[in-house]
Amino acid sequence: MSTRRFSVFSMMVAASISLALCGSVGAADKSIKIATQSPLSGDQSVIGVDIKRGAELALEQLGGPLVDMGLKIELAPFDDQANPDAGVANAKRIVSDPAILAVVGHYNSGVQIPSSEVYHTSGLVNVSPANTNPKVTTRGYLEVNRIVGRDDVQGVVGADFAASKGVKSVFVVHDKTAYGQGIAEFFKQKATENGMKVLGFEGTEEKANFDALLSPVVAGNPDLVYFGGMAFQAAVLFKQARERGYEGIFLSDDGFDSSDAAKIGGDTLISGGGTFYSTVSGPASVYAGTAKFIKDFEAKYNATPQPFAAQAYDSMAISLKAIEDAAKAANNAVPTRAAVAKAVRDLKEFKGITGTFTFNKIGDPEKALYFVIQVVSKDPAKWSENKVVQTLEIAPPQ
Amino acid sequence: MIRFLKRINVYELVRPVGQMMAFSLGSAAFMSAIAISLALALDDTAVGVSLMDKYNVSLFTYTMLNLPQVIIDGLTIGFVYAAIALGYTMVYGVLEFINFAHSEIFAVGAFVGVELLIALDGMGILAGASLGMAYAYLILAILLGMIAAGGLAVAVERVAYRPLRGMSRLVPLISAIGVSFLLQDIIRLVESLTSGQFNRIMPTFGNFDSRIIFGKIAMGSSNLTLGISVKSIIVIVSAVLMLVGLNYLVNATRVGKAMRAVAQDRPTASLMGINVNRIISLTFLVGGLLGGAAGVLYALKFTRIDPFVGFFPGLKAFTAAVLGGIGNMTGAVLGGIVLGMLETFAGSYMGVFTMGAAGSEYKDIFAFSILILVLIFRPQGLMGKNVVQKA
Repeated sequence: MSTRRFSVFSMMVAASISLALCGSVGAADKSIKIATQSPLSGDQSVIGVDIKRGAELALEQLGGPLVDMGLKIELAPFDDQANPDAGVANAKRIVSDPAILAVVGHYNSGVQIPSSEVYHTSGLVNVSPANTNPKVTTRGYLEVNRIVGRDDVQGVVGADFAASKGVKSVFVVHDKTAYGQGIAEFFKQKATENGMKVLGFEGTEEKANFDALLSPVVAGNPDLVYFGGMAFQAAVLFKQARERGYEGIFLSDDGFDSSDAAKIGGDTLISGGGTFYSTVSGPASVYAGTAKFIKDFEAKYNATPQPFAAQAYDSMAISLKAIEDAAKAANNAVPTRAAVAKAVRDLKEFKGITGTFTFNKIGDPEKALYFVIQVVSKDPAKWSENKVVQTLEIAPPQ
Repeated sequence: MIRFLKRINVYELVRPVGQMMAFSLGSAAFMSAIAISLALALDDTAVGVSLMDKYNVSLFTYTMLNLPQVIIDGLTIGFVYAAIALGYTMVYGVLEFINFAHSEIFAVGAFVGVELLIALDGMGILAGASLGMAYAYLILAILLGMIAAGGLAVAVERVAYRPLRGMSRLVPLISAIGVSFLLQDIIRLVESLTSGQFNRIMPTFGNFDSRIIFGKIAMGSSNLTLGISVKSIIVIVSAVLMLVGLNYLVNATRVGKAMRAVAQDRPTASLMGINVNRIISLTFLVGGLLGGAAGVLYALKFTRIDPFVGFFPGLKAFTAAVLGGIGNMTGAVLGGIVLGMLETFAGSYMGVFTMGAAGSEYKDIFAFSILILVLIFRPQGLMGKNVVQKA
């Protein structure tokens, strides 16, 4: 090792030691951080940024009781880029910061699942505003909770809705992610049970050229085309299908719930049989408690909240409440991570703006709302006016 | 006027069109033959039965009725690949290295063209444009994309490749990969600073989205509409025009002669009074122009672009160039068309032939298996000559 290299190395060691010192000093005073993890850049940043904003707003509005106890609270936003690798790398940074007592986050189940393994090993509580894959909670971790419904139910809701529309044949496409494929499989299973003919079940990572995939779809002319995955793929697929003369119904999942879909699909989402999507998160306006949230959100960020912003607000509210309970139990000291994790599970009938939450023993809410929504306008600005055609309250499967 | 017309080498205009038609028809016939014989072989097996159950037709009828649409789709993407592949192959021809940054040059062309159209759309010009003006705007977007991409290609050559000329062949290759990443992130940066999002969506205007319907074919219990969208026609026609133009430039002009001379033997060409550096810059310019136009056409056809949009088309065009014989222009066109066909046939029929076990998600495997097979059995490519390595 040359001298120069060695000096660089020793500087790095010195720097990391001093960083570690700073960290421990930070923890010694009564400062608490709550992290958010969501895609702040890239394809899905429209939703991800508003998850962060929803949490931020909750922290500002509901942090009072903790401040009164003499604790300092702060938001630590992280960008998971909708990418499992980035999510896990962030998770490692999060757990190594002792001031962080809770994580609000993840938009993508595929990112939440590996990242929460890291939270689990260090006992850090995670309240998810948006992750719907069953595996999020079925692993039975004490630390992992969600306030929304599950894909195995969402797929069923979609298939039942299709049946109610008199659909006889479907073609199912998914994006090969844990989320999209999962939901598509539940849809397919229930659709078969409902007596529908499944003409095909295809996965694709393609983002632009769906020509080849569409040949068997258009040839079979199914009553309904289902897409399990995200809007930026689904809308392109739907648009190209319409261009090839397909006139039936499009149905997708809550990943479709983004105004980008209207921007890409435009008219094609309205024509023919129309476009529907099932979701665990209705437009903020369908919840009784969200009127004030929407007003405050618009005042602060000068934009209408995207889906899941209100859920992020509630996830943050739950985290704050749990920290408060745990701190009270510890005589107004900074509580331990384990105490906070337990406090989240112990919450009973917590009144949020999108519902009243009690978690069951694996971290699912005891009852979750599911919606089927119809796209009503090709104008992306009017996305939040989409019409709710079905609302269901369903308990998670045991 | 007559003197001018006399100087036009008609043969070099007709020959490439004839070649392209032969390639298109040939690959379509070849792929169709494979698909049909597979269909006949599988018709009486479980595959045919399961299709009968779902679509109410025999596998053979299904295959036949879908053929025209599949061929049209295959040609469209094939010509896009061909236009990009020419950029790879031309650079390889003169410098003998793979310009991996070409896929980002393609992406830059797409972004410039789409941004122009988005800006026009934002000003409300596109919505009310007459059909003629819509085409004018599209041509303007393509030209602007070409200029940006061509300029960028020349700049990249000047900055990242020329200083490395004469070094080991690995060095400019690494530099090209570096430039590729750099450009991707620059697009990301510029887009997030200016528009705040990476996904750019081609505005809808003109009659590009409408379809020309040739007719309806009854198939089992449903009707099959056979048609081609206006934008597919635009893609094919523009690609053919560009390829003919390029062929003319290279084979029938003095500049083209200089290019071929540089490709053949750089030091000797230089001794004959050819400015080698200028010819190399020109090669990059022409490759970039083609790539940029292909980018805008790609965006027109497939609606949505992002900073990584160049990666897959670039990789496939590279495959097409190698398939046809890298360094050989006719080969690149053939390779592009064959690859486009292959991919579309695989994507459209595999799901049906395997009873849904391996659907269109595996179409890319075809593209790259072909690359491997070609490299094993015919390293010089379909039309390449087996040349001794230049020193």
